[in-house]
Amino acid sequence: MPTNQTSGGEIWKQRTDKEQWIRWFFWLISLSVIAYAWQMISEKTIWFFVTDAPNQAADIAARMVPPKWSYIDQLWKPVWDTINIATLGTLIAMVIAGPVAFAAARNTTPNIVVRTAALFIIVSSRSVNSLIWALILVFILGPGVLAGTIAIGLRSVGFCAKLIYESIEEIDHTQVEAIEATGANGAQKMIFGILPQVLPTIAGVAIYRWDINIRESTILGLVGAGGIGLQLNGSLNTLAWTQVSMILLVILVTVFISEWVSAKVRGAII
Amino acid sequence: MKNLSPTLNYPSIWKKAPFIKNDFLRWFLFISVALYLAAALGTMDINLERIKEGLPRAQRFLDSFFPPNFSDNRGVVWEGIAESIWMAIVSTVAGIALSIPVGLGAARNLAPAWVYLICRGIIAASRTFPEIILAIFAVKLFGFGPFAGFVALALGTIGFYAKLLAEDIENCNPSQAEAVKATGANWFQWVNYSIQPQVMPRMIGLSIYRLDINFRESAVVGIVGGGGIGATLNTAFSRYEFDTAAAILLIIILIVMILEYTSGFMRKWVQ
Amino acid sequence: MLQLSELKKRYDTGDYALKGVSLEVPKGQVLALIGPSGAGKSTLIRCVNRLVEPTSGSVKLKDMELTGLSSSALRRARRKMGMIFQEYALVERLTVMENVLSGRLGYVGFWRSYFRKFPSADIQEAYRLLDRVGLKHMADKRADELSGGQRQRVGICRALIQDPDVLLVDEPTASLDPKTSRQIMRLIQELCIERGLTAIINIHDVFLAQMFAQRVVGLELGAVVYDGAPDGLTPDVLTRIYGEEDWSATIKAAEDEEDEL
Repeated sequence: MPTNQTSGGEIWKQRTDKEQWIRWFFWLISLSVIAYAWQMISEKTIWFFVTDAPNQAADIAARMVPPKWSYIDQLWKPVWDTINIATLGTLIAMVIAGPVAFAAARNTTPNIVVRTAALFIIVSSRSVNSLIWALILVFILGPGVLAGTIAIGLRSVGFCAKLIYESIEEIDHTQVEAIEATGANGAQKMIFGILPQVLPTIAGVAIYRWDINIRESTILGLVGAGGIGLQLNGSLNTLAWTQVSMILLVILVTVFISEWVSAKVRGAII
Repeated sequence: MKNLSPTLNYPSIWKKAPFIKNDFLRWFLFISVALYLAAALGTMDINLERIKEGLPRAQRFLDSFFPPNFSDNRGVVWEGIAESIWMAIVSTVAGIALSIPVGLGAARNLAPAWVYLICRGIIAASRTFPEIILAIFAVKLFGFGPFAGFVALALGTIGFYAKLLAEDIENCNPSQAEAVKATGANWFQWVNYSIQPQVMPRMIGLSIYRLDINFRESAVVGIVGGGGIGATLNTAFSRYEFDTAAAILLIIILIVMILEYTSGFMRKWVQ
Repeated sequence: MLQLSELKKRYDTGDYALKGVSLEVPKGQVLALIGPSGAGKSTLIRCVNRLVEPTSGSVKLKDMELTGLSSSALRRARRKMGMIFQEYALVERLTVMENVLSGRLGYVGFWRSYFRKFPSADIQEAYRLLDRVGLKHMADKRADELSGGQRQRVGICRALIQDPDVLLVDEPTASLDPKTSRQIMRLIQELCIERGLTAIINIHDVFLAQMFAQRVVGLELGAVVYDGAPDGLTPDVLTRIYGEEDWSATIKAAEDEEDEL
């Protein structure tokens, strides 16, 4: 226990002097980085707009109520598209994520080259936001639902594969060993020994990601990749604020329902 | 048991019981899923002409990864990346600072009912809309630039961090908390001595994770005008400067990888 | 039947788990392998079916050398070696029936096993075995719904449906209560007699070994230090295997046990 010798005897201190200095140094560095970062941002900020923001907020809020209820007639189709983007995108992701996860798990893939490649696929897919994937795909495939679906799929591969491969690495190895001991071949070992152990995770991950994807697919329209975001973008550009608030309400309800559905399905499966 | 007659007949057929036991329900679900998938696939607007037009672009885009152009003439890439990093840092710090009171208030075992409800409300509101929608409104309010992105990301951080903090506090070991309370500590001392040590390691790991998320998100808030690398990326795409776009994507991936390793390392170091 | 000679296993850490073990097990013999934790008991039986790859030495089953086999030949050889595990090692999320039938995986092709279309003779045999161990009514239960003793019975069925020549049994009673342990050991013993099986049983429990085995081999630090009849396990011998301790109580308990039966 670190103590200090003073005229009054020993005084208990939580840390030694050296630890204390390291801590001070750490805090000093952190605070200066934060201060510098803030400085860089505030340089590029027009503070007049920021101080004026409350007025702006009040103004926009006033323009947004009441929502244009009749606009819902034009929103059914975009909502349907949004749900399809999320569902089919999740499906694409799961089909790719399965093999990638098995290739990334240490216990199913001893080959370091294959594993590194799989891990790279996972990281790149995760690093790039679905909106950026959509941006790229709209350039290649043209605007529309297809680009959005594939964007959601590509973005979700990394997320799903990461969770699945972590669960593959945590399986009980003796169960696999027992199957191996019966003389089963590699593929049989997979379906009898490994798959039953990770199936609950796979189902859970799919549902979880679908829920997230509903949220994400609401915004893909901002870059032209289909779904309700198209309407949102259009309404924002034409300053049709009552339509904007209606769209936000619809998004709110959709997200709420998807959360409820995924909770129900999860309860039923697991 | 041992005298079982060898002629006793055992069933020679066995079928695995289906996952859904009720036949009607199983077929109903199966058919509805099939119908839904057919309908959903029908909405896919596959325009072969347009795809044919796009494939050379895809080719050019892929080619430009080998090698990517990191040194574009205007230096906007590094400027954008730096701005994204500053935004991510400041918004994570501010977001966590805001999350701590909200998270404490949203923990059922710490807060009175009315505080609990308010804080849970704040969390739910922040979670529902994606950061990008928050960013759209922030840009409308604060004008173009990184400040709007900063606000959007900080608000997004609350929904994530405060929720996990609250859940972690609710899962705390109650006997440790009780023991500290029994010493006559006041509320702040109690939180400092019994709750904080229990939640700290995970929360530090999560703050790095959130920094990672905020950095990735900062790459998209730029698309709607919220500053950062997203703006640069969007410009690069609309000018068909694929080599710049490729460079930006590679840098993003690299930074995310570094952050991921750091968070793993930090978690080990704290525990 | 089973012949091990100069079997050695060195792990990557450089430690020898087996320092040249030679054993010959005749047909129909039930052999108990005793020894302290880390003596190499598990490694030894895993070297037989090559779940652990031996470093050197030879393993012969019915005059077939196992150590050099290619992976497909090894799979064929494994079909004739049933294994029973500590902690049962059932695939928990599969049904009892699937677990038992998984013992036939070496005999059926991939797609048949994928669609669970096992030959009807296999299914009949599975039911017969489950009935034999008193679990026929549990066939469609999921393995994780069963108690420890029941799970180990299913594990036994899985090993027996392979129609093995040899049973490799790894600590079958390690996670069972004393009564169930005895029942399981007795079941294994009876089945070995019924089918004329050769068995190597790793076991912690000295007096279970004395009760149910015809021969006891004591292993210490990867080497055989005792090989003989169960009643030859004197305090001296046990001290050689396990180290200094007062062994009279253990042996006494085993003798009482014998009287009870």
